[in-house]
Amino acid sequence: MLKYTEDHEWLRDEGGEIVVGITAHASEQLGDVVFIELPEEGREVAAGEEVVVIESVKAASDITAPVAGVITAVNSALADAPGDVNADPMAAWFFKIKPADAGVMDGFMDEAAYQALIG
Amino acid sequence: MAEELKRTGLYDLHVAEGAKMVPFAGWDMPVQFPQGVLGEHLHTRAHAGLFDVSHMGQVRVAPMDGDMTSAALALESLIAADVLGLPEGRQRYGLFTNDQGGILDDLMFANRGDHYLLVVNAARADHDIPHLQKLAGVSVQPITDRGLLALQGPMAQLVLDRLLPGVAAMKFMDVASHNWNGAELWVSRSGYTGEDGFEISVPQTHLRSFADALLDQPEVMSIGLAARDSLRLEAGMPLYGHDLTEETTPAEAALSWAIGKARRRGGAREGGFPGADRVLGQLADGSATIRRVGLRPEGRAPIREGVALFEAEAGGAQIGTVCSGGFGPTVGGPVAMAYLPAELAEGGLVWADLRGRRVPVRISALPFVTPSYKR
Repeated sequence: MLKYTEDHEWLRDEGGEIVVGITAHASEQLGDVVFIELPEEGREVAAGEEVVVIESVKAASDITAPVAGVITAVNSALADAPGDVNADPMAAWFFKIKPADAGVMDGFMDEAAYQALIG
Repeated sequence: MAEELKRTGLYDLHVAEGAKMVPFAGWDMPVQFPQGVLGEHLHTRAHAGLFDVSHMGQVRVAPMDGDMTSAALALESLIAADVLGLPEGRQRYGLFTNDQGGILDDLMFANRGDHYLLVVNAARADHDIPHLQKLAGVSVQPITDRGLLALQGPMAQLVLDRLLPGVAAMKFMDVASHNWNGAELWVSRSGYTGEDGFEISVPQTHLRSFADALLDQPEVMSIGLAARDSLRLEAGMPLYGHDLTEETTPAEAALSWAIGKARRRGGAREGGFPGADRVLGQLADGSATIRRVGLRPEGRAPIREGVALFEAEAGGAQIGTVCSGGFGPTVGGPVAMAYLPAELAEGGLVWADLRGRRVPVRISALPFVTPSYKR
């Protein structure tokens, strides 16, 4: 089941790893994405740490790690096709993270709660 | 409480088209339309984009004695450009300077036979108009009963000639009046995108219907301020308040070309504008120590306004700052402009501090895209 953060990230549990992307709402707010800088695989990160730089035609923004853990994979194809974030935000994942603590997904919003947040 | 934002005569049209409206220089302006900045930018370079630039200041300057020479000479006391030498039916780019030779604003001025029509930046209109009103022997009238549109792109001529037959014969920087449905439109072949195109001053009574008529043409799409910015950046054109300030001189801003021969040392009307000694001195001996240049980051990350520039990958003092920067959709990569030491050669490498890391940036010729003006 998909979960959502207040920073407009979507999270998908994939066998103990969390796949992270941004929501359609976030990609609309950003505008056309033209540059993405991904973290290194194997990097250990704290919750809330900036791990991805995303530049749209308008401005630079950060994507933060939703939980503490280790980056296990990054979608390097995205760096060459940053526009995919606008074209299909739910498919354009940025990185996978292996959480330091189990059960962390429970603390995030479900679809209904997220929809309520963005109104 | 913030002052209420002004609205152009096309506000309702922008809202109806789904524009995102933002405050800009005291005006509520469309920054982008549903198409998005990238699409709007590329559409303008391939077809024709319609820009509402009604926020810009249109000012009529007419001689009290009916002799255009007196108006030209009055304007030349404030503007570092050859005004007198501008023939009727032509437009030119100019700079208001201060006593230190710094740039107070940049503007377009057109000789319309019995008066000059000036177009100044929206953000500077409140400064420029009182500045002009100090001149003796001329009447200075801000034009408030007209809006201003820009139609830009390779298909602009085809489109506009359908509505205003004859404009296709105009050359770059020509100005002319055209009648449309009983309204007198003032047309100039100019713009702020690097593309061929027109700027059209339209009476408020006809602004909406004329904009609708343009948008009815299949080649035309509404374009917002964000794409206007990326288009002008690729065209190497400075934006006042960012790339030009009261601290920068024409030579530093790489705008020496705007100062005609007649106003330079040894010219028929040498100097006579504020700060002329310094401005003309820099032109004559190349003594400006900094210069506005183009920058192409080697990587894909945009470098934006305010980013610090260094000579080396590590250490050393800051040598300059990015004044405008972003992603150039037509270039297909990041582009920027900055002030750097004048001795640094085109093609050389400098380093930009991006989020605490220095990235290589190549000093590049301006503009980044080849203009397609109809000379």
